Amino acid sequence: MNYVKNIGKYFLMMRLAFGRPERLKVYYQRTMNEIENIGLNSFGIVAILSVFMGAVISLQTASNMDSPFLPKYTIGYITRSSTILEFSPTIISLILAGKVGSNIASEIGTMRVTEQIDALEIMGVNSRSFLILPKIVAAVFFFPFLIIFSMALSLIGGYVAVTAAGLASHEEYIYGIRAFFIMSDIYYALTKTVCFAFIIVSVSSFFGYYTKGGALDVGKSSTQAVVWSSICILLTNFVLTQLILLQ
Amino acid sequence: MIEVKHINKSFPGNHVLKDFDAQFETGKVNLIIGQSGSGKSVLTKCIVGLMGIDTGEILYDGIDFSKMNRKEQISIRKQIGMLFQGSALFDSLTVEENIMFPLKMFTDMSKKEMINRANFCLERVNLEGRNKLFPAECSGGMQKRIAIARAISMNPKYLFCDEPNSGLDPSTSIVVDNLIKEITHEYNMTTIVITHDMNSVIEIGETIVFIYKGESWWKGTKEEIIRTDNPEINDFVYASKFMKNLKGKLSI
Repeated sequence: MNYVKNIGKYFLMMRLAFGRPERLKVYYQRTMNEIENIGLNSFGIVAILSVFMGAVISLQTASNMDSPFLPKYTIGYITRSSTILEFSPTIISLILAGKVGSNIASEIGTMRVTEQIDALEIMGVNSRSFLILPKIVAAVFFFPFLIIFSMALSLIGGYVAVTAAGLASHEEYIYGIRAFFIMSDIYYALTKTVCFAFIIVSVSSFFGYYTKGGALDVGKSSTQAVVWSSICILLTNFVLTQLILLQ
Repeated sequence: MIEVKHINKSFPGNHVLKDFDAQFETGKVNLIIGQSGSGKSVLTKCIVGLMGIDTGEILYDGIDFSKMNRKEQISIRKQIGMLFQGSALFDSLTVEENIMFPLKMFTDMSKKEMINRANFCLERVNLEGRNKLFPAECSGGMQKRIAIARAISMNPKYLFCDEPNSGLDPSTSIVVDNLIKEITHEYNMTTIVITHDMNSVIEIGETIVFIYKGESWWKGTKEEIIRTDNPEINDFVYASKFMKNLKGKLSI
């Protein structure tokens, strides 16, 4: 019963979050700040993860290629496919759910327990819109850039690992990552990314906004935000794959 | 004037406000006092609309606030200034930005005008020149005064103060109390102060409502509260043995 109540609260919160901004200029400035906080500050972790993720995918593919009839470019092809279709949009989004989601939940949760949200409401500011909308706009706008960046670095990581280990040549790997490429894979990945960005911010904001109690509860909200964002990402991933890729 | 008429507020298994009834006069510091857990903070949150009420009426200068929709309530809220127990300053903004925040959101003032207004408010609370500090760099007393400066930046008609001197030493408490009193008279505001500090009661209380187990138990002035024979109030005002003995010796 509590789950149903929370789902209702979530949608009510989102309805108010998309309310008309009191002052566009202030919201614009906040959105720019959030692009920096949520997006630009995540480049480092995305870069490290992507390089090693690409390297591991390519090495594992190479190690599983037992048949001599399989061409070496398969390593590049599989690395590209799994990176674009799954690893970059989904795994990086799960990592961002941890980094960005916990950050959002703890920021908003702290504002709740220190009465800063009440202060906004008393002033006549729509606190849900003021706090959540710029974060959603920033994430939905910027996460696709992060994921494209991740895809590129992942392929580079795979290249370095494979060529350094002598498992495939430069030409074979490059041929592989270009083979049978279809643009719709990118659209599919970016569609997923946009959905995941929305989920990460809105679910984390929900847990932060409805924090009750003190510092300990802010920590709990932060954990719940990460757990539920991740679950929602996985469910959405399944649904979107069914809807887009298998049509 | 703010009138609270027969309001009731319950949470599951807990009837917090029971037929609460009070009037808060304009141009005066109106105190709501009572023990911890008596319902003071819930009452304030109900009056300002942060919590809904189950039954009753809340009138701001005769206008029924409790029956208003969200948009109409926002128009009243823009006339409210509030000082929170923990100051509730925005951590990421400087002192000046905190004070300018409501001006930025709701007025068409130029940046220069906003800075001038922020400077004026800071001078009013004796904190001139502290514009660029962050709240974390300020003491508790300073934070309270900054919160007062932010609360008055929009020239509010109503001022709410939730335990304005909690966590402050006695002398700083009196500075904050006097500031609230001066500002109330200067701007002819309807001020409601929630407190359980007897120093505040004696220092600034002009009308007092004693809340006991969610009911408006007693109303009067600071002179009357000292002399009343009401046992619940005496237990609150003269809580310690020392104070009880003192009362007996002075035969107040």
